[in-house]
Amino acid sequence: MTVTLNPLYRFETLVVGAANRLAVTAAKAVAESPGTVYNPLFIYARPGLGKTHLLMGIGHAARAINPRLAVEYLTLDDFVEAFHAAIAAGHGEAYRKRFLDVDVLLVDDVQFLTHRREMQAELLRLTDALQTANRQIVLTSDRPPAEIEALDERLIRRFAGGLIIDVSAPDYETRVAILRRKAEERRAGFATGVLEAVAALGIDNVRELLGALNRLIAFQAVSETPLGPEQARRLIGGEQSVSAPPEPRDEFSEFLSEVTATVAQQVDAWRTEVSAAILRWTGEGFRTGQLERLLEQDMVDDPERDLRAFQADVERLQAMQAEAAELAPDLAGSAGFRDPGDMAAAEALLARAREGAHPPPAPSPLWRLEDLLEVPDTRMALEAARVVAEEPGVRYNPLVIVGPSGVGKTHLLHAIGNRLTAGASGPVACLSAPELTGELIGAIDRDAVGAWRARYRRASALLLDDVHLIADKDRTQDELFVLFNLLFESGRQMIFTSSLPLAELAGVEARLRTRLEGGLVIELPPLDREVRERVAARELDTRFGNMDPELAAYIGSRPAESARSVQLLVQRVMEAAELGEGAPSARLAQEILDPAPAAPTPAGKPAPRSSGVVAPSTGGARSREKMVWEWPGIGDRVLEEWR
Amino acid sequence: MSLVNFTAREITCKIVYYGPGRSGKTTNLQYIYGRVPESRRGRMVSLATQTDRTLFFDFLPLELGSISGFSTRFQLYTVPGQSYYNATRKLVLQGADGVVFVADSQARRFDDNLESLQNLQDNLLAQGVDVRQMPAVFQYNKQDLPSDLILTHSEMDDALNFRSVQSFEADALHGHGVFETLRGLSELVLKRLAAGTAVA
Repeated sequence: MTVTLNPLYRFETLVVGAANRLAVTAAKAVAESPGTVYNPLFIYARPGLGKTHLLMGIGHAARAINPRLAVEYLTLDDFVEAFHAAIAAGHGEAYRKRFLDVDVLLVDDVQFLTHRREMQAELLRLTDALQTANRQIVLTSDRPPAEIEALDERLIRRFAGGLIIDVSAPDYETRVAILRRKAEERRAGFATGVLEAVAALGIDNVRELLGALNRLIAFQAVSETPLGPEQARRLIGGEQSVSAPPEPRDEFSEFLSEVTATVAQQVDAWRTEVSAAILRWTGEGFRTGQLERLLEQDMVDDPERDLRAFQADVERLQAMQAEAAELAPDLAGSAGFRDPGDMAAAEALLARAREGAHPPPAPSPLWRLEDLLEVPDTRMALEAARVVAEEPGVRYNPLVIVGPSGVGKTHLLHAIGNRLTAGASGPVACLSAPELTGELIGAIDRDAVGAWRARYRRASALLLDDVHLIADKDRTQDELFVLFNLLFESGRQMIFTSSLPLAELAGVEARLRTRLEGGLVIELPPLDREVRERVAARELDTRFGNMDPELAAYIGSRPAESARSVQLLVQRVMEAAELGEGAPSARLAQEILDPAPAAPTPAGKPAPRSSGVVAPSTGGARSREKMVWEWPGIGDRVLEEWR
Repeated sequence: MSLVNFTAREITCKIVYYGPGRSGKTTNLQYIYGRVPESRRGRMVSLATQTDRTLFFDFLPLELGSISGFSTRFQLYTVPGQSYYNATRKLVLQGADGVVFVADSQARRFDDNLESLQNLQDNLLAQGVDVRQMPAVFQYNKQDLPSDLILTHSEMDDALNFRSVQSFEADALHGHGVFETLRGLSELVLKRLAAGTAVA
């Protein structure tokens, strides 16, 4: 179907005169940057004035500039024929798709679209698709679009939206130039004045002019004497006067087609603007359904207003997206912020982000204030906790809980946190200092420190466990300092725990330490025997329904530095009882917790003093760490098992 | 007067041919009339004296049909050139969307051209129209006369065309330059459509 470009039809072989200068300029511009300058380009001219030459010239030039471009030339008849063949074969869609891959589509002789509604619709669809994809379409016709009978007005508009340009008949000088160039190409020499005489005959159809030249060449080839101007005039002129009576110009039609093109261009200028906006916003990843619907209308009251409104919506979406990304980095590329036609969805998404779809870590609900044992040593701490829970940020801000590991600092911290959460307007942030540092490192890594800060700045209270572990973490201290001031000034409660007395905090900046000291510092002392006994009794009672005071007293007498350790002792005894080693009693407990011979350790180390509790007393993450280090080397273990 | 009426989907362009008496304004309209298919042209109204001088004005409505969904209509008017018909000229000029100034290229009509051009500017100003904003072209008519009687295109430009608007040589009697002039002005007028200067 596709016709190969005629190698002779190039811009270099085209004689440019006043009549076609504009068209050639436009054609060259199109060849240099297809799809961007004049799209579609519509060239019309009477037959024989070089339309096809121009069209193929575009193809050659475009290919010369970018050899990878897919250039296709075909006449409308080819187009129609192929379409019918494709439809008949049931390949209509394939036919359409085939053209969508063409970068420069050159369609010759579109005047034959007259009364072909189906083909017009097809061409309209193709023109739109190519334009949208920034691919070039160039069409030629022997008359302006408005004069192609029964041509769909939408097509006329599309053509007017690009550039409609005509090639008129060459003037005398151009005709001489054409004759000379062609004579030169044929290596034919003529006497002075011969070509001028032929040009003066007024043959303004280039094809006929070349026909005349052929006659001259043929005549001269068989003639013994060189052809003279007068002879040439008689040879060509006699025939010319009969064969081509000058066509009367239809000035009104020319006027009308120009007016049509101008009006279409002006009235439909908004279409170009809207189309450009669609391209722009689609390119930036926004959905443009609203604008596309505008294009479907024949007339829009105020397209400028619609475009402005659309742009305003896009800007709002961008702002919302930026805010959401600050709050929740994973919302950064969310499609919810890409459709100006659905602002509600975007607003809902932002609202979710604002409400803390990604809040800071919350206190663990397992730890309740009621579960803390009130003894003289802990009374002050519990009282302070109640005050803080009732009036956060008012009396003791910050509250700093100091005490060795395992005395219940974390329990107290989370317990207050849970109380605060119940009455708080915003999220209560409750985490350990190492977690805070870890999050900050992650945020720096994602380049989302702003979002990270925002999470904590929105918190209604900040509860930081193990604040002593921020020692030497300069950046964490900086951030905590700023956060501290911000929360403090806005009257939001802060609670810290530390295993070290504040005065002994090394590696913590003075400005931060003094701020901690500025609140209420309370101490939780190590558990004494009485407390351990009460913890054991309560654990036995609440978890196992066992009220044996002797058992509780025995467990309480065991060395244990934390309530957790006491609970673990209780658990071990009760599990042993369940496994059939006897009824739970002080005796059984003694057997379980203090067996007579100590098993040798595989690593050959002397057995540590055992309290019967698996975890060493330093508690928490550090104790687990220790256990890992104390494990035997894997080689030792394998050897032992093999034996 | 509205150039574009979006509600009624109409485009109406009022074009006035202005210039000194006997410069060829009516001839322009007559030539156009002769070239327009009957279906497209309204009746040309010409109120002329016995000596064929325009007494009131000529009016030629052109129906260009539906363009881009707009029923498009051009109304061509001429004004009487003689200086004592200024009231009629003012009336005709009202609501004009564009002006063709038809100048007589004969050297002896030099002053008449200038006087008429001055009169056009005065009348536009009197209607509160900024001359610089009004789409206008010049037509130097009677260029077919012997060269010793007329001024050339560039001489005419030097004399009249201070704003360097488009100008056309013409021989209105034989139609040379008539449609070129109309096309030139029409384009200027219609290009204002998008500028939103004349929205209903």
